[in-house]
Amino acid sequence: MSLQLKLGERYKEILFSISEVALATLIGIGISAIFIKAGGYSPTSAFFYLFKGAFGNLYGFYTSLSYSTPLMLTGLAFALSVRAGLFNIGAEGQVYIAALGAIIAASLALPSYLYLLAEFAIGIGLAVMWSLFAGILKVWKGVNEVVSTIMLNWIAYWVTEYSRSNIFYDPLSPDRTIRIPITGRLPILVENTQLYSGIFISLIVVIVTYVILWKTALGYEIRAVGLSPSASKYAGIKFSLVALEAFALSGLFAGIAGVMETIGRPPTYAIVTSLTNLVNLGFNGITVSLIGRNNPIGIIPASIFIGGLMAGATSMQIFAGVPLEMVQAVQGIIVMVLALPGIIRLIKSKVRRR
Amino acid sequence: MDEGMLLSILLQTAYASTPLLLSSTGEILSERAGIVNIGLEGIMLLSGFVGVVVGQETLNPLLGILAGIGAGALVGLIHGMITAYMKGDHVISGLGINLFALGFVPYGIYAVWGVRGYFNPSDQAKVPKVFGVSPIFIASLVLVPLIYYILFKTRFGLSLRACGEDPHSADASGVRVERMQLLASVIGASFSGLAGVFMSLDWLTTITKDLPAGRGFIALAIVNFANWNPLLGLLGSYVFGFSWVAIEWLKISALKQVIPVTLLNTIPYLVTLAVTAGALGRSRPPKYAGVPYKKE
Repeated sequence: MSLQLKLGERYKEILFSISEVALATLIGIGISAIFIKAGGYSPTSAFFYLFKGAFGNLYGFYTSLSYSTPLMLTGLAFALSVRAGLFNIGAEGQVYIAALGAIIAASLALPSYLYLLAEFAIGIGLAVMWSLFAGILKVWKGVNEVVSTIMLNWIAYWVTEYSRSNIFYDPLSPDRTIRIPITGRLPILVENTQLYSGIFISLIVVIVTYVILWKTALGYEIRAVGLSPSASKYAGIKFSLVALEAFALSGLFAGIAGVMETIGRPPTYAIVTSLTNLVNLGFNGITVSLIGRNNPIGIIPASIFIGGLMAGATSMQIFAGVPLEMVQAVQGIIVMVLALPGIIRLIKSKVRRR
Repeated sequence: MDEGMLLSILLQTAYASTPLLLSSTGEILSERAGIVNIGLEGIMLLSGFVGVVVGQETLNPLLGILAGIGAGALVGLIHGMITAYMKGDHVISGLGINLFALGFVPYGIYAVWGVRGYFNPSDQAKVPKVFGVSPIFIASLVLVPLIYYILFKTRFGLSLRACGEDPHSADASGVRVERMQLLASVIGASFSGLAGVFMSLDWLTTITKDLPAGRGFIALAIVNFANWNPLLGLLGSYVFGFSWVAIEWLKISALKQVIPVTLLNTIPYLVTLAVTAGALGRSRPPKYAGVPYKKE
């Protein structure tokens, strides 16, 4: 009886979350329609081609899934930090530095079967190190992680950009780095699309993280610290240790995303000028995490949704003429609306008062 | 080094510091009232863009400046409504501002001028110099002591700080906490708006999506560093501002043989990390900064 009640409550809550996200999305679309109109474009054709490019045909759907592959992980990186009460927005820079790690591995003379291993090892190693910088500054000196991770993002950007143009450039095509050797690439899942096998890695990582967060002592400690640092102290949980673990795990997730984007997504298999094939993967993960209510399982559909926006943006730009950056602005509006605690409840109470 | 060069370095430092100073001063005011806004970066970018649009359309730099400040105030109003009245999460709303600006401005640059990447305003739209220096720079030096005076020497400032320090008592003593917080958010954000137009119409005279280049977050670091005191913020802003000038300086010095020019771009961010790590521990934020105030 009581179990049934609990299940009912749980479904109600999930339904609530979904309606909230739907409302936020509608508001985001509504406001951006005004901007699209003001820019002299047609909102209806913009959203038509956005949707068509994202989910309108099989090719679009595969492209959406291919973008959800890194977003699942950068979303998870943000979600795990938030669960520990930390606003770690460093996934952006960790993606860059992990991609650089993969290129470093590719530049080495290795037996061909070792490339994949080396790419992941160096890329993830660098990303975890990068994330731990912010973690150490936080627990040792109390430096606000929002500030430190953004600074580290910029440093990662310039270090990677420098390495691209001065160290690992391809002599035949200096606008990008050397390419990942064929034996060091992840296999493509569907021929002639960008969907690569990394999506399975992403899904496995998400599910493992879900289990860690809700079924292990480490997960319990992370969530306890996030809910109440003072209470968790009485329970004998060391904040600084848990925080460092959260930073390391975030770096791990972002690192996998950065490596996979470089060694998995056709046709480049390299880092290009101004890192345009990596930019915003980390920041978009924030939206993914918030839409997924910072829950690993919620992140899966959320990443497909935002992946769809990224995929549809290109088609919107080509066929409706609307610059593709507009979808970034839509995400911003959605995030601002999701900042509100229980929007639906808020509206209900306002309506009732009248 | 001759006098002319020294003067030029001083002026460059002043200009590089002005956006940091304006933005951090506004944020100090806002956080003193309890509203944390990590969207300063986004506000600078949006205001820089709006300022160029209006300045270029009207060929009137004053209107451009006012539009930039107005855009900042509008974002502050929305952020204030979300955080003060609807008890939303301060950090997430600020993140939303940044994400929005990052998409909206490159979109707008293309929608308005049909170009990708950046747009440079024409000469008539640029802010003219007053006595050979930027009037916004002069304004920043007037505004900082003014804000200090208002915060610490007036009744209004006392009420404002009470909202960030102990909103329950403030409420009990008749301060309308939410209204005060909304006002502080609007004023604070308009300072970042002025910082944005200073960069786009006055100092750098260009608009790109990388215009703020992390300055909004460095301003946040300065707020910490300054212990929420505008006068210390002045010091902090000039320390950080100089790090930008140092890049240009080092690029022409002998050091460029040792450190490649691209890597010199990391200096301001490294300095920010190093200084905040070294200076923290002593500062204490207003007790209720970033905490939604709920009446009992």
